[in-house]
Amino acid sequence: MSPEQIRQALLNILTRIVPDEDLSQLKDDLPFREQMELDSMDFLDIVMELRKQYRVQIPEEDYPHLATMGGAVTYLTPRMKDIQA
Amino acid sequence: MYDTIIIGAGLSGLAAGIRLAHYGQKVCILERHYTIGGLNSFYRMHGRDFDVGLHAVTNFTPKGTRRGPLATVLKRLQIEWDEFQLAPQVGSSVAFPGVKLRFTNDFKLLESEVARAFPTQIDGFRQLVAQLADYDQIDQAGYEGSAREVVSRFISDPLLVEMLFCPLMWYGNAREHDMDYGQFCIMFRSVFMEGFSRPFDGIRLILKILVKKFKASGGELRLRSGVQRIETDASRVQRIVLDNGDVVEGKNVLSSAGSFETLRMVNPPVSQTTVGEPGRLSFIETLSVLDRQPRDLGHDETIVFFNDHDKFEWCRPEDDLCDLRTGVICSPNNYAYRNNDGTPRDLEEGVMRITLLANHPRWVALSDEEYKDEKERWYQATLESATRFTPDFRPHVVATDMFTPRTIERFTWHTNGTVYGAPKKRLDGRTPYENLYLCGTDQGYVGIIGSMISGISLATHLLRP
Repeated sequence: MSPEQIRQALLNILTRIVPDEDLSQLKDDLPFREQMELDSMDFLDIVMELRKQYRVQIPEEDYPHLATMGGAVTYLTPRMKDIQA
Repeated sequence: MYDTIIIGAGLSGLAAGIRLAHYGQKVCILERHYTIGGLNSFYRMHGRDFDVGLHAVTNFTPKGTRRGPLATVLKRLQIEWDEFQLAPQVGSSVAFPGVKLRFTNDFKLLESEVARAFPTQIDGFRQLVAQLADYDQIDQAGYEGSAREVVSRFISDPLLVEMLFCPLMWYGNAREHDMDYGQFCIMFRSVFMEGFSRPFDGIRLILKILVKKFKASGGELRLRSGVQRIETDASRVQRIVLDNGDVVEGKNVLSSAGSFETLRMVNPPVSQTTVGEPGRLSFIETLSVLDRQPRDLGHDETIVFFNDHDKFEWCRPEDDLCDLRTGVICSPNNYAYRNNDGTPRDLEEGVMRITLLANHPRWVALSDEEYKDEKERWYQATLESATRFTPDFRPHVVATDMFTPRTIERFTWHTNGTVYGAPKKRLDGRTPYENLYLCGTDQGYVGIIGSMISGISLATHLLRP
């Protein structure tokens, strides 16, 4: 998957987890939590959706990489590059 | 080998199962009964559908509300608000001799009622509300403190104290006389600040949604599969043996059977101190089907919590089978049900449910013949007591049913026929065994929404990498 495809995959997951949020204005360099209401269970669900849909295992110590959209895409790109979109 | 075995197909077990199965775990729910629901089930009798015990779905918040327990349940289980078809209550009350406090899902009404009936107490009441709004349901600091002590710091009129405790204890307190402070805060918010609702089709609608989701996520549900024992070594559950001798193995076991009831199944047996004390509070409930809507008899209240003297005594009645002095009168008709086009909709028949505190040991000591007679006698006495607080609907009764502590024990396997479980709650769901967890009532969550929150929180714990 390309970085752009990974970004879209993350957006799809977010749409499921926080359906009431408007994601069209999401800034890639700002933390998710500053742009929407996202509690710790929401965050965990994002990690678990990635595991379920793309078999990506993300260890707990790496969670800080997922704080922003930009950071998450950078972190996931090498880990998801071999996945067929 | 399952990832998680869940004991009990009630609301908490099903909610946990949905989450675990959705995120890829191999999950099996074991249910001893031939149907789902546990304490909140449903049945059909003489051509009519009944809920086992549902009065109200508490924690009601309107569509679009993003915080609070109902919003959490919907989000975590990926259910749309409309699916539960929750209709808000018409209005309820707490009725004591000479004074009545009305409340609806708009908290302002209760506030104005307190100001009207207890003008010297309204400032203290507002301060109390401000304080308990700060209680953190996640971190649960100070959960076990005495709620009576905290409330009496703000409210000096003992009658108001009793009137506030009455509905909250009735809807979920396993402890006698007093209430855990955390439980009080959670109940105050769910009953007074959020409110009451009910699906037109009752609890079966919610349970059917949960089972469908669970199965669609790949979960396995085994009915008529009672757990005979939980075999352990010093620190872990090794296997589960069913009543029919089958052996089931899982990495984790999540039990909604109750803390006392679960630990008692552990083999080799654990000490009495580890097992803890079972609860002591049980109930009878009468159900009367009427030939008309309750409002046509002049009764438009959803729930009436009554107490016929100034002191509210929340304990097992020791000297008799039941206590007629306090009770709950629920009329499932008095919710604002709507058709799809927005026009009002009525349940087909009028129903009145009345609940009283009951003494389980006395009910189980009766011979079968005495039991039949006592049921009849207490049905009449219950209606006699309750109609002091409602219009007399007795001439309009066309069908009746009733449950007693014996019924509760028979269908839920709860020791002492408890509904709200053991007085000591295990908030983190942990047991002395590292892979055995508790969810449901004995984790400290009560009510329809609370039970599901319990399952969700334990499932989330089990999913952490």
